[in-house]
Amino acid sequence: MPGPFLELSDIRKEYPGVVALDHVGLSVSPGEVIALIGENGAGKSTLMRVLGGVVEPSGGVIKVDGTERTSLTVADAIKAGIAFVHQELNLFDNLDVAGNVYIGREPVYGGPLKLIDRKQMYAWMRPLLERLGADFEPDASLAELSLAQRQLVEIMKALSLDARLVIMDEPTSSLTLTETDRLMRVIAGLKAEGVSIIFITHRLNEVMQCADRAVVLRDGRMVGALSRAELSPGAMIKLMIGRDLKSLYVPPAAPPGDGVLDIVEAVTDTYPDRAVSLTVRRGEILGLAGLVGSGRTELARAIFGVDSLRGGAIKLNGVPIQVATPRAAIEHGIYLVPEDRKSSGLLLDGSIAENISLPDLASYLRFFLVDRARETKNAHHQRERLKIRTPDVTTTVGSLSGGNQQKVVLAKWLSMRPKVLIFDEPTRGIDVGAKQEIYDMLRGLADAGVAILMISSDMEEVIGVSDRIAVMHEGAISGFLDRSQFSEHNVLELAVGHT
Amino acid sequence: MHKKDLSLLVLILVVGTVVALINPRFLLVGNLSNTLNQVGLFGIFSIAEAFVIIIGGIELSVGSVIALLGVLFIDLIVNHDVNWVLAFAIIIAAGLVIGLVHGTLVTRMKIQPFVVTLCGLLIYRGAARYYTEDSTAGFGFGASFPTLEWLTAGRTNVLGFPLPHSVVALVVVAAIAWVVLHRSVFGRYLYAVGKNEEAARYSGIRANRVMISAYIICGGLTAFSAILIAMYTRSISPAVHGSFYELYAIAAAVLGGCSLRGGEGSIVGVVLGTVLLQVLQNLVNLLGIPSSLNFAVMGTVILIGVLADQYISQRGRHGAAKGRV
Repeated sequence: MPGPFLELSDIRKEYPGVVALDHVGLSVSPGEVIALIGENGAGKSTLMRVLGGVVEPSGGVIKVDGTERTSLTVADAIKAGIAFVHQELNLFDNLDVAGNVYIGREPVYGGPLKLIDRKQMYAWMRPLLERLGADFEPDASLAELSLAQRQLVEIMKALSLDARLVIMDEPTSSLTLTETDRLMRVIAGLKAEGVSIIFITHRLNEVMQCADRAVVLRDGRMVGALSRAELSPGAMIKLMIGRDLKSLYVPPAAPPGDGVLDIVEAVTDTYPDRAVSLTVRRGEILGLAGLVGSGRTELARAIFGVDSLRGGAIKLNGVPIQVATPRAAIEHGIYLVPEDRKSSGLLLDGSIAENISLPDLASYLRFFLVDRARETKNAHHQRERLKIRTPDVTTTVGSLSGGNQQKVVLAKWLSMRPKVLIFDEPTRGIDVGAKQEIYDMLRGLADAGVAILMISSDMEEVIGVSDRIAVMHEGAISGFLDRSQFSEHNVLELAVGHT
Repeated sequence: MHKKDLSLLVLILVVGTVVALINPRFLLVGNLSNTLNQVGLFGIFSIAEAFVIIIGGIELSVGSVIALLGVLFIDLIVNHDVNWVLAFAIIIAAGLVIGLVHGTLVTRMKIQPFVVTLCGLLIYRGAARYYTEDSTAGFGFGASFPTLEWLTAGRTNVLGFPLPHSVVALVVVAAIAWVVLHRSVFGRYLYAVGKNEEAARYSGIRANRVMISAYIICGGLTAFSAILIAMYTRSISPAVHGSFYELYAIAAAVLGGCSLRGGEGSIVGVVLGTVLLQVLQNLVNLLGIPSSLNFAVMGTVILIGVLADQYISQRGRHGAAKGRV
């Protein structure tokens, strides 16, 4: 194999308070297929964004064809033959396939009129379509293509730019098995032509299938590389974990009580052929682990009545309940602290007091009108209880820090005596200090008898906070772990579906 | 009173003073009374519009609804001998139904409010013209409804000032709307849905119902103002009656601090916005500005007002950002 044309060495990227990449090196030779693996937040996407010219590294050297640079621009990356196939595909639904591939580079005729020469464009498309064995026409409307076909369109776009390296960010996360197989064949074909591939994935069997090399990142550091001969799921998992988890765990004051929330064979729209059953008991924190896209958020949304369940039942204290709307869930005492607090959790333009009272305004009534004095009083009470750092409860929520915003979301529900609290990524984007306060709050609530379901992709959080862990994999529960079985290894094995 | 409302009030006083200085007839009792009457008529449907704008919607059919329901009202009491109280109720009900239809199309069928109400604008205008065969609807000789006329278009002497009853109607409507918007649970829901519909849903608010209600309230209030306007003009040419009124309403709401993105605005602001628009209208007449420039003057003043507001609020935000550590 010829030597590497692209070498990254000593790459660092720091964000305020976080080191996203810490002295990472990586070299790519022509025709090499590299799998980039690691847990959520290990720095894989950041590293690829450095390669794509989207993120400027804080330090380190990028060497392309022998030329050393400190950073790339998007134009540099394209010129160097680096192409990106995004997780969220960047394509135009209103154009046809050829229009998407040649966007911004359309062949023109008619002199100053610059009309698009479709014939020429379609002619250029032919060899690309054949190369990838695509089963659609160059004039097919993009809107009619499946996700897998769109991915091929992105790859064609990369090839039409003479890409030498195609980076794919979790290309198979939304594909069916047959589609995945086809993509694997496409990858093999590109490799044979001398095109290099880097793909980020959580699916270890795919790595086994097509990678020449697996590079493992953890906490922004490169912790190891496995050659083809060394590749095995066990070896990869071993490298992905192995972090020293500080024990955050505070045991419950009393052993958990009876089941409060029973999810019986619940089926969501995302995974119509999988069912989920689990029970959250009084006074316990049940962690719900799994990879992004494993169906955890969808489950939470269905329990809270944002989406409807396709099948199955929800029981509260053993009694089946109907939850068609969030209102219904709230009336049963089931509350959700959503994943994206800015879009679903808060009125960012509203005051703290206004946000806290919103779901429960009926209880602030005096002569049919909102008793604002009582509203303010409760907001002050919650502010002190949750240590929301703000001079006043009339402050606009949008001006608070992430941690304080999350506390406001929490304050909404704490004013209303929760029976079940569902947290979806409770500490995402929150600084360390506020994190600990939220964990303390979780334990306090559990000890007060609340049943808590905590979705989290943060391994440290899931292991450090939960009393029990349920792991989801592709829409189904792949296993439950008791505290004695807690380890990153066990959680990860269940999460990637490797048992 | 909000700071925004206060600055609007100052603007009105400044413009009023300037007009009064140039042409003292501005302050004549007759002129003030007439201007106030206009404020009363325009204020009610501007408040109607504000309800829809606050939830992040828009209602473009206000002028056409005023024409159609005005024509129907006069036709009912003049040509069909319907008791005016009953006719009044029928027209209000028709307005509520129009609002219900608009709200349903927007929330359940997911059609953009601009499109729904634009179609409404065209449909109701066409219906009004067809219904009257494009002729003017009015009161014939001998047709007389003294009680109704006194109630809707009359004036009562208050300390020597002939106070138009339309203003009394506006004050009542504004007071109720103020309580609903700024003090009731429903008002909170309106603002919440306008600020962030998804978060409102996640807080257990039935956002669709709230939005439909806003359109219904808008329809009902517009119907009420349609009756007042019909009784004031006494004759309706369906092709032009009430045209552009939706734009007066939107302008008043925007001047009054409503954001077209929703979630903002106050009733006091909307009323003051209406007052400013009518004073400007009056200014054009009194200062001898060609009436063809009417809209141009209004547009310019609104633009300057909004620019100034933007400038002030941005400076305010910078100041606040500096204050926060």
